[in-house]
Amino acid sequence: MKKQRAQSTILKILSLGTAMSLTCAVWADEFTQEDLQRWNQEFMAAVKTGDKLFHGGLGNANTVSCDQCHPNGANTHPETYPKFQQQLGKVVTIGEMINWCIQNPLEGKPLALDDPKMVALQAYIYWERRNVPLQPGKH
Amino acid sequence: MKKLNRRQFIQRSGAFVAAASLPVSLVEIAFGKDHPQNFTFGFISDSHITHIKGKEFVRNWDQGLKRAVAEANLMDPKPDFIVYGGDLAQLGKPEEIDHALDMLSGLRAPVKYVMGEHDYYVDLGAHWRKRLGPDHYSFDHKGVHFIVLNSILTYKDWMHKNWKTGMDRMKQMARLDNPNGSPFMVGEEQRRWMKKDLAGVAHDTPVVVLSHSPLQKIYKGWNFWTEDAEKIHALLKPYKKATVLYGHVHQIQYNQIDNISFHSVMATAWPWPYPASYAQGVSHIPKLTVPMNRADPFFERDATGWQFINLHSGKVDLNYVLWENNKNRVVRFDPDKGHPVDTEYQDPAKRIPPQEHY
Repeated sequence: MKKQRAQSTILKILSLGTAMSLTCAVWADEFTQEDLQRWNQEFMAAVKTGDKLFHGGLGNANTVSCDQCHPNGANTHPETYPKFQQQLGKVVTIGEMINWCIQNPLEGKPLALDDPKMVALQAYIYWERRNVPLQPGKH
Repeated sequence: MKKLNRRQFIQRSGAFVAAASLPVSLVEIAFGKDHPQNFTFGFISDSHITHIKGKEFVRNWDQGLKRAVAEANLMDPKPDFIVYGGDLAQLGKPEEIDHALDMLSGLRAPVKYVMGEHDYYVDLGAHWRKRLGPDHYSFDHKGVHFIVLNSILTYKDWMHKNWKTGMDRMKQMARLDNPNGSPFMVGEEQRRWMKKDLAGVAHDTPVVVLSHSPLQKIYKGWNFWTEDAEKIHALLKPYKKATVLYGHVHQIQYNQIDNISFHSVMATAWPWPYPASYAQGVSHIPKLTVPMNRADPFFERDATGWQFINLHSGKVDLNYVLWENNKNRVVRFDPDKGHPVDTEYQDPAKRIPPQEHY
């Protein structure tokens, strides 16, 4: 009797497990061309916002903009971060370097690293650098 | 005598070090040793003075121009004149042009001015011409014929598009990477004038053209470009000693196309990346060019500077005075090779890691 109950419990657990994994597999696979398009649109909207912020949209008082030194985001090397930023003496993310630029040449206030503006700036910079292989740590 | 504190002492000795470290022994135009026509001239460019409001200007760019003026005044022997290569202003505002000219008035040598696009597109050069006179002209100095061009004009359709204001047009042209920009050109009218001007100049006279745009086709996406470059080259073709000096690119570039040597000059404001470092673009950076070092943004004057120039047998040697971490560079015409070479780094084996741009 005891043995039977144990077997049925095991069966129940197994079938629940199978059901769960089946459900998850179905959910994971179930996205459509429309989904892909929408997700891409969401990303490209962030790129567009970042493009505007990068080209004078940050509202910093001295009016200097990112593109004045970095046309098309060039010379920002997002593919090399995180890296040892020798001038700061530590390994930093690109977000920290963006804030360095905002505080120094732009004489503005730093952004929170998860501020949508910070995310948008990174979306733009990475988009302009697309197809370049990752080289974390390269100076 | 008042005792100096440590900070004052460092500041003052810093000024002496700057004076002593200028490579002043190189500053002769050499038609031959002790030739009575030897002379030198300085070249300052791209200061992008930016008005914020009232009497406020961007400090960083003011500092660059002030430093160039102070150092050019230390040249010994004194330069016969200084060329200013264009882009006094960022948005062509009278406040910006006037403030830049106030700072340049400290130069102890006459100045020849070239028009830049940042001086032009708000009012099509009206305030600049009011302060400085015509935007294209020529002059002779000790056997050398100099031609100054306004090479930042563009297609009339774009220039006279239905802009809401001149400032709208200026802001479009001020953005280097603007996909809605328009390529630079000298234009037919000035080319006709140049042809006429050169008609009286013997073909063995050294000719130096002073231009803001490169008079070459390097990278259209950032307007490192002159639409009618080939037509200007054709006008210079008969001259054995022809040189073009240009601003705009905020970096070291040099090139040789047939008989013409090309040299860019540095900005006093900020450096620009080489076009090849834009992953989505295709550029035609001159193969001869050994790039300047990659700029260290933590030193705000790094990879900026000014230059002085001598003509060796009528071809120019460019002496770059580079600030902060970039060592001074000399790019000299090599008569055996028939093109300019960097005196230290031309050999690929001699190049250093900071010259790698990616």
